[in-house]
Amino acid sequence: MEKFTVVNGLVAPLDRANVDTDQIIPKQYLASIKRTGFAEGLFGDWRKKDPNFVLNQPRFKDATILLSRRNFGCGSSREHAPWALVDWGFRCVIAPSYADIFFTNSFNNGLLPVILTESEVDRLFHECNAFPGFRLVVDLEQQTVSTTNQSLSMHFDIDPFRKYCLVNGLDEIGLTLRHADKIRAFEARRKTQLPWYF
Amino acid sequence: MPQTLYDKLWDSHVVHIEDDGTALLYIDRHLVHEVTSAQAYEGLRVAGRKPWRVDSVVATADHNTPTTNWDEGLGGVKDSFARLQIETLDSNMKEFGAKVYFPYLDKRQGIVHVIGPEQGATLPGMTVVCGDSHTSTHGAFACLAHGIGTSEVEHVLATQCLVTKKMKNMRVNVEGPLGRGVTAKDVVLAIIGKIGTAGGTGSAIEFAGSTIRSLSMEGRMTVCNMAIEAGARAGMIGVDDSTIEYLRGRRFAPQGREWDQAVVYWRTLKSDPDAKFDREVTLDARDIKPHVTWGTSPEMVVAVDDTVPDPDKEKDSLRREGMERALQYMGLHPRTPITNIRIDKVFIGSCTNSRIEDLRAAASVVKGKRVASNVKLAMVVPGSGMVKEQAEKEGLDRVFREAGFEWREPGCSMCLGMNPDRLDAGERCASTSNRNFEGRQGVGGRTHLVSPAMAAAAAIAGHFVDIRRWS
Ligand code: SF4
Repeated sequence: MEKFTVVNGLVAPLDRANVDTDQIIPKQYLASIKRTGFAEGLFGDWRKKDPNFVLNQPRFKDATILLSRRNFGCGSSREHAPWALVDWGFRCVIAPSYADIFFTNSFNNGLLPVILTESEVDRLFHECNAFPGFRLVVDLEQQTVSTTNQSLSMHFDIDPFRKYCLVNGLDEIGLTLRHADKIRAFEARRKTQLPWYF
Repeated sequence: MPQTLYDKLWDSHVVHIEDDGTALLYIDRHLVHEVTSAQAYEGLRVAGRKPWRVDSVVATADHNTPTTNWDEGLGGVKDSFARLQIETLDSNMKEFGAKVYFPYLDKRQGIVHVIGPEQGATLPGMTVVCGDSHTSTHGAFACLAHGIGTSEVEHVLATQCLVTKKMKNMRVNVEGPLGRGVTAKDVVLAIIGKIGTAGGTGSAIEFAGSTIRSLSMEGRMTVCNMAIEAGARAGMIGVDDSTIEYLRGRRFAPQGREWDQAVVYWRTLKSDPDAKFDREVTLDARDIKPHVTWGTSPEMVVAVDDTVPDPDKEKDSLRREGMERALQYMGLHPRTPITNIRIDKVFIGSCTNSRIEDLRAAASVVKGKRVASNVKLAMVVPGSGMVKEQAEKEGLDRVFREAGFEWREPGCSMCLGMNPDRLDAGERCASTSNRNFEGRQGVGGRTHLVSPAMAAAAAIAGHFVDIRRWS
């Protein structure tokens, strides 16, 4: 997994609440057995239907940070949603809240879901709409989101373990297997006490 | 200290926990299907890893399998990508193995959340995961069951554990008797209408109260199935006699002495009387009417005798915009009575409502009647081959066919339209599934979520009707 330290990137504003995974990657784009190549399907229906959709606008073409509203990523567990975002070039999403499964899936794919307050997000939407070429610097180590000239800087919280994995680009399976003996011992105990689960 | 059901399930599966609360949680049952597993097995192969415990895996192909042309074998799968996913699952099963695999065309194949309980592969006290968000269904059996992403599928395959943190405890109580024509589906739609699609985010929801206890296991599965639509990764219900009776004699349920021991343990799987919840919500079942969604999120739901809401009355601007967008997408006007909404298609199926009890309820509504002429397609897709067989034994297939319904092979079908069963743009569907997002059942398709009886009645009338007045 690619390490995540600092991302200095163009921001694409997706001004909607409850953006669901069926929109992030509609099902007609799910039919693949690979993890890559999903950029084409990112917001596929919306991009097709609406020429003014944010990702259709040339000015946001190279965005690496997606700004959105509350409950981002609700709906299905499809990991194709973060895959498609990453494949498109996004490294970070900023929103006031996320659906649980999407949130976890993002971390597992090196996509950082930053949580800011509603009013902070609101502020960023205003800035983004006011200034063409609006960029943000997301510094994971410092846990800050700031404008490039530092006129605005906001702190975000993040789970230390997730941060550690992301900053170091660590593979979670490898980390878990350090506890292989514990897992085996747990399993053996469970098998003796509650054999019908095996 | 008194514990909630979730506390008990959590505690009994923690293998290791870090100071910050990140835990390794042991997984008993891993359900696998063709759409979210290929990349996980590929990951194992690339890393040279083996599955930790093959006999925890129960697999099937359900999401994109066609519901017609089964006699043509794999050649009946016209979509080449779908075929590739089905074949990839076949070859992964050959290479890596499973406790049991119900491939495409097997007579016990079906929707993964229907076959788990049906086979007794879902047992109280288990942790159950699947690369599918509706894994919450299995919580009806007092399991800790939730959907996971593909990286997590790979992680569970490789380590038998999930890296996770404890969620909050939330309880939704539903008390009192249900009115005539009001079903488990209406109960859960009413709950979502009340708490919203993010109402359970970060929580495990326990459903409790006399109404929930009075539901059959099928009904309880319907409720837990849609916990995810309320934002909760997991929904669950404590063990009682219904749970145990449902499981007795199922293929993978324990037998003999082991069964007796298991039952003793299972009986402890409920919240202690004084257990503390972070949040509690209570609904009075007497207030619950048959529900119909009108928008593009499950929380956009009203009672059947109500009207399409008016965005102008909404004060929150973000919500108002959402409502306006939804109405435009759905092609509906504010204040239209729900019963005036005419439909083009009817879908009875999905992991929410495709079990035998659901089909019986729908069949009893359509018996001796005909699908309305404005309805282009009305289809029934049983949840599994076993459900289909049972329904045919009871003659339900004939009842549906004679009324003008199509009787199909099992699978997810038009719940998400990854197979050929889809809505065309602008088509309006009465559906017993669980999601009404834009394009969910086909690009531009319009979905109204309802109970099986309500969907059946809509098929006959050509528009929504209040099932309480059906004769
Ligand atoms: S029936 Fe629908 S919701 Fe259920 S598992 Fe299949 S696609 Fe998912």
